[in-house]
Amino acid sequence: MSIDIETARRVAKLARIRVDEADLPALAGELSGILQFMEQLNEVDVTGTEPMTSVTPMRLKRRADIVTDGNIQGAILKNAPDAREGFFAVPKVVE
Amino acid sequence: MSAGANTLTVAAARDALRRRELSAVDLTMACLTAMDAADSLNAFVHKTPEIALAQARAADARLAAGAAPDLCGIPLGIKDLFCTRGVASQAASNILRGFRPEYESTVTSQLFAAGAVMLGKLNMDEFAMGSSNETSCYGDAVNPWRRAGDDTALTPGGSSGGSASAVAADLCLAATGTDTGGSIRQPAAFTGIVGIKPTYGRVSRWGIIAFASSLDQAGPMTKTVRDAALLLGTMAGHDPKDSTSADLPVPDFEAALTGEIRGKTIGIPREYRMDGMPAEIEALWAHGTAMLKDAGARIVDISLPHTKYALPAYYVIAPAEASSNLARYDGVRYGHRAKLAQGDGITEMYEKTRAEGFGKEVQRRVMIGTYVLSAGFYDAYYNRARKVRALIKRDFEQAFATGVDAILTPATPSSAFGLGEMAHADPVEMYLNDVFTVTVNLAGLPGIAVPVGLDAKGLPLGLQLIGRPWQEADLLNHAYVLEQAAGFVAKAQKWW
Repeated sequence: MSIDIETARRVAKLARIRVDEADLPALAGELSGILQFMEQLNEVDVTGTEPMTSVTPMRLKRRADIVTDGNIQGAILKNAPDAREGFFAVPKVVE
Repeated sequence: MSAGANTLTVAAARDALRRRELSAVDLTMACLTAMDAADSLNAFVHKTPEIALAQARAADARLAAGAAPDLCGIPLGIKDLFCTRGVASQAASNILRGFRPEYESTVTSQLFAAGAVMLGKLNMDEFAMGSSNETSCYGDAVNPWRRAGDDTALTPGGSSGGSASAVAADLCLAATGTDTGGSIRQPAAFTGIVGIKPTYGRVSRWGIIAFASSLDQAGPMTKTVRDAALLLGTMAGHDPKDSTSADLPVPDFEAALTGEIRGKTIGIPREYRMDGMPAEIEALWAHGTAMLKDAGARIVDISLPHTKYALPAYYVIAPAEASSNLARYDGVRYGHRAKLAQGDGITEMYEKTRAEGFGKEVQRRVMIGTYVLSAGFYDAYYNRARKVRALIKRDFEQAFATGVDAILTPATPSSAFGLGEMAHADPVEMYLNDVFTVTVNLAGLPGIAVPVGLDAKGLPLGLQLIGRPWQEADLLNHAYVLEQAAGFVAKAQKWW
């Protein structure tokens, strides 16, 4: 499987990473190289094999459905690049 | 005895502190002095001397009162991947520039509750993605070791490169690391120290910045196996805040170091004898095998037939999980936000922020992960890789079922290489550094790197022991026997 420039552009878009048009051919080449390396997995017979989920069989713990914290608005907003009036601020989303 | 106290092991410092021959403040000062004189190693990237001295004074008070825990007053370096309250924690990424967590990771909470002292945060590859510490936003960490008669700067390995460099150079007594594909064991081997990745679930991941959640595991990087036992005992344990954390008792790892392995069975996997393996690595492996045999272990050849598929499976699974985990860095809640142009909307904000904030290797892995998870490819890549992962795990289970107690392999395919030497290599060539370590993460097993000898260039080489799940105590004992037999005492010649 080789990645063409159009696919590289689409992947960058999906990943929300801006890539300059001029850099797309190099990116496509690099991604193709890595995917080619992954192609080896096609040699393995995986029929009847379930995907691995845990190291040893372990039931996920359940916790009581209760509130354990809260009232930490200040702490949550502390690291925001732009916080106003108790909210995270972002550019206008809806016209 | 405070002069040179930074060169002590954790166990020796513990004993001296308890006998009150050494104060925690003096020990901490010795480390801070060593740290400040070693900026050329670029190991510590955020120094916290005020926190260290406050913690050391508290430790002295606790030691004076008696019955202090093992790590009381022990100065440590903390990998930048661990969130530490009020202290920069940015995973060596520009996207987290300025981030100061409002909370403390479970591992560092447990270390500090036991009285450990934090000297500062340590360099690493960006988001732990790398094998040479060359993807860091802080610049390269440097290995204190150099080739004989050659002052080329060498990599300390990665991703826990700063941790390895700091411990090997005696800037701290021990350090925390994390290991997703070999990021504790490979740098430990490159710097002549000990590093253990515990069984997945042994140590809480809460508050450790996530890379690939089904593979990430924290562990100690230390000067000796005994020190690794001491640190692991404090770092490990069940944590309700990490749903994958195992609710199992934590044994006394130090007490397990009996030095007795007579009658134990050591497996030597034939698939780890790679084509083109350097003769020195081959000889080191044979030497390690002979030492364990001399100690009374039975040596058996074993087969782990899916070994060659571990790296390709890893390079599907890890980027897939990373692309999901790193989606949170969007310029909204923390860290960097790009300056926007007139008319830019929220999508431009995301795209510019992530293009500016993430380095090249992180961008590459996020995009690979995005691709393999995208519609139409999920089964072909991601699900297939997870099935191959199950087969890799089954290989180990079958070996252990035949009575194997531990598996001995090389830790790395070579000694430390020069910084920049791989700059023009294919990304896949750099990934080959993890060839002996990555299987262990995929199978969730514990693995430890132990320094065993020097190569012809005078650089350290290590071997890896792999244990049964949850049997770190037994694994550490095997490592202890190997360490005692190898008698590795060489240190890097101080040039920094």
